[in-house]
Amino acid sequence: MTSRVRKVVFLVAGGMLALLLVWGLAGLPHFGAAHAVDGTMLNQVSVRERHITDVVTAVNFDYRGFDTVGEEFIFFAAVLGVALLLRPQSGEGSGHHNDFATGRAVPPTSDALRVLGLGLTPPTVLFAFYIVAHGHLTPGGGFQGGVILATGVLLIYLAGELDDLHGLYTERALERSEAIGAGGFVAVGLLGVAAGSAFLENVLPLGQLGSVFSAGMVPLINLCVGLEIAAGLVLLMTTFLHQTIVLRRLVRTRRTTTDASP
Amino acid sequence: MTPLQVTILVLVGVGGTCVVFTRDPLRQAMVASLFGILLAIMFFVLQAPDVALSEIVVGAVALPLMILLSLAKIRGGER
Repeated sequence: MTSRVRKVVFLVAGGMLALLLVWGLAGLPHFGAAHAVDGTMLNQVSVRERHITDVVTAVNFDYRGFDTVGEEFIFFAAVLGVALLLRPQSGEGSGHHNDFATGRAVPPTSDALRVLGLGLTPPTVLFAFYIVAHGHLTPGGGFQGGVILATGVLLIYLAGELDDLHGLYTERALERSEAIGAGGFVAVGLLGVAAGSAFLENVLPLGQLGSVFSAGMVPLINLCVGLEIAAGLVLLMTTFLHQTIVLRRLVRTRRTTTDASP
Repeated sequence: MTPLQVTILVLVGVGGTCVVFTRDPLRQAMVASLFGILLAIMFFVLQAPDVALSEIVVGAVALPLMILLSLAKIRGGER
């Protein structure tokens, strides 16, 4: 295919796509004018029916909780896939690595980064727990809290060395936490089945509206989701960091030993 | 549409264009991170704080970090 033909094909296809898009956009309701029936209805019933003041959480973990189970396992499978693809292999750490320059030390972390990172870590972790625990009351929930918690761990790495993280957790513990989180969600859902109603149907007392211990099973689910997301993201980070930093270090130690031996 | 909404929508448009026109992947990761923050502000302005919270972390921190680490891995020896 010559570039001329290619250009003609693109122009025809692009023109048709543009027409379709303009046609579709013209049919959209005006900005802010769309008030779907479901949204209006859920806004009115969720507080009374479920004792949940954050309607987004009510939808995600109750009214369409089954979809969220699916989303959880998409994340689970994605993390699993990355961990599998980037697993340390026997040949790695030896041979030619072009991402390592000899005779150059890694610059130390600056004091400013150290202070800022260490200062920010406790509030970040606390905020993450707050977001997870108050998922059914204020915006946030297991997913948001989980990613924030993972950021706290990332701050520790930024403020120090990679080795500081190894004292904090092991890869095995992360894998287990992720599995417990994902399985916990399903287990909480099965409580409904065990009580004789549907999967993820609430069977726990709804409690006082606005209290942390209310809204039935939703806080439990948020806890599981928070655990899974945080562990999964930290596992992702650890895998990537291992690929870029630890392997490089391995090569360096091997080179220095081979340099020293003759 | 309030002026605030117009401003942030225009900024998101400009930011997205900047991401596309930044050709160096290293810089693109940084620009994409800023774009993630813009998106988070947009979600907040459009009254979706739940989405904004996850967008801040995923769009502005996690995604650029993965890109940076991958870049460090695949082209560290270019200099």
